[in-house]
Amino acid sequence: MRTHILVGTRKGLFTIERRRKRWKIERADHLADAVSITLRDSAGEVTYAALDHGHFGAKLHRRVGKKGDWEEIGVPVYPAKPEGLLDEDSHGREIPWSLKKIWSLVPGHEEQEGRLWCGTLPGGLFRSDDAGSSWQLVESLWNHPDRKQWFGGGADWPGIHSILLHPTERERITLGVSCGGVWVTHDEGASWNVRAQGMRAAYMPPERAFDPLIQDPHCVVQCPAAPERLWAQHHNGIFRSDDGCESWVEIEDAQPSSFGFPVAVHPHDPDTAWFVPAVKDEHRVPVDAKVVVSRTTDGGKNFEVLRKGLPQEHAYDLVWRHALDVDSSGDLLAFGSTTGSLWVSEDGGDHWETVSEHLPPIACVRFAE
Amino acid sequence: MPTVTFTPNLQRHVDCPPQHVEAASVRAALEQVFAGNARARGYVLDDDGALRHHMIIFVDGAPVRDRRGLGDAVRQDSSIYVMQALSGG
Repeated sequence: MRTHILVGTRKGLFTIERRRKRWKIERADHLADAVSITLRDSAGEVTYAALDHGHFGAKLHRRVGKKGDWEEIGVPVYPAKPEGLLDEDSHGREIPWSLKKIWSLVPGHEEQEGRLWCGTLPGGLFRSDDAGSSWQLVESLWNHPDRKQWFGGGADWPGIHSILLHPTERERITLGVSCGGVWVTHDEGASWNVRAQGMRAAYMPPERAFDPLIQDPHCVVQCPAAPERLWAQHHNGIFRSDDGCESWVEIEDAQPSSFGFPVAVHPHDPDTAWFVPAVKDEHRVPVDAKVVVSRTTDGGKNFEVLRKGLPQEHAYDLVWRHALDVDSSGDLLAFGSTTGSLWVSEDGGDHWETVSEHLPPIACVRFAE
Repeated sequence: MPTVTFTPNLQRHVDCPPQHVEAASVRAALEQVFAGNARARGYVLDDDGALRHHMIIFVDGAPVRDRRGLGDAVRQDSSIYVMQALSGG
């Protein structure tokens, strides 16, 4: 069971540590700066924090060891747009070839020391082979003609929020794009195909509702033990794939709601997944002002509503797509909210402990060594 | 006649049932709707008459390109959908 939680917030990076069976805030880093995503490598040696300085742009910081100093390192840089190239999205807006936000950050496979994958706004995927010191744009995706069909979901520009490395097929990578569907490469990024067949978008005219290129999967996860099984919390509901994204099935009637942002899948049991439901898109508050987690253990046929230890009156916490995590045991979960509450469960969600109700708005929650 | 349909999310604020119009452009179609539903105008267009930043209009499934002038042509059997762009969050 993991012993640390990294919490990226609107006002800094907080490290939570488990001591004497309780979870306590151990330290604050980058206080007052917005942390859009964070990562600690699997060895527990290197920690990354992507900062969004607004006026001053997106930056990336790295710390080696748990007591070392932070250093600012390279950020993904888009190439210069070729002269005369018209690069407009489907709404007729000129797409900037410039980093707007670092939205996802994942390590390469264990044997790929120093490799990182980074998803950004306005839609570029980048790779580093030197632990973030330098970055290369994955041009095959950026230059894909269908990329122009993407548009922003929750931001003015599209972005890559989910990067999933297949545990055994080393060259297979799956991406979740808001809004651009799900994309898969089988050759480590040399070529890409959209794989969102079956997803449904009620925010589009009916004739385009099933267009794979405009789907808004808020978060996509893949079961490490059964990687052909993926779950997506989509803008319009919950979807499941049993065939490695070749097709998606909508899970209807999830209770108390099928709207939300994050999803976590059990690392060993592909039928078990957790969601944090809210009233659908135009409201974005907990159903009946009660914070709950919904859990399926049978592939989406049924959902249990988990509420022990969570606020059950006048609670208006919303949980963003990166703010729910499960550790490698499948028992330990944590999630954080836009109102700065952080909860942990050590029994798969049956019971929850409040770590804090006073953190800044939480963007991401990640278990770490 | 072209049909103008509004996002269900707008109905929470102002009643906008689907409406048939006589129009050859998006602008003309909207003006006909707003002539009978003045409140709806401010939810779709900004003070300058341009499409609000986080709204989007589709004509027969394609997003309009002229967001300021709304001069995109519509056919007699066109479907015009006035939607929220997800870029607004």
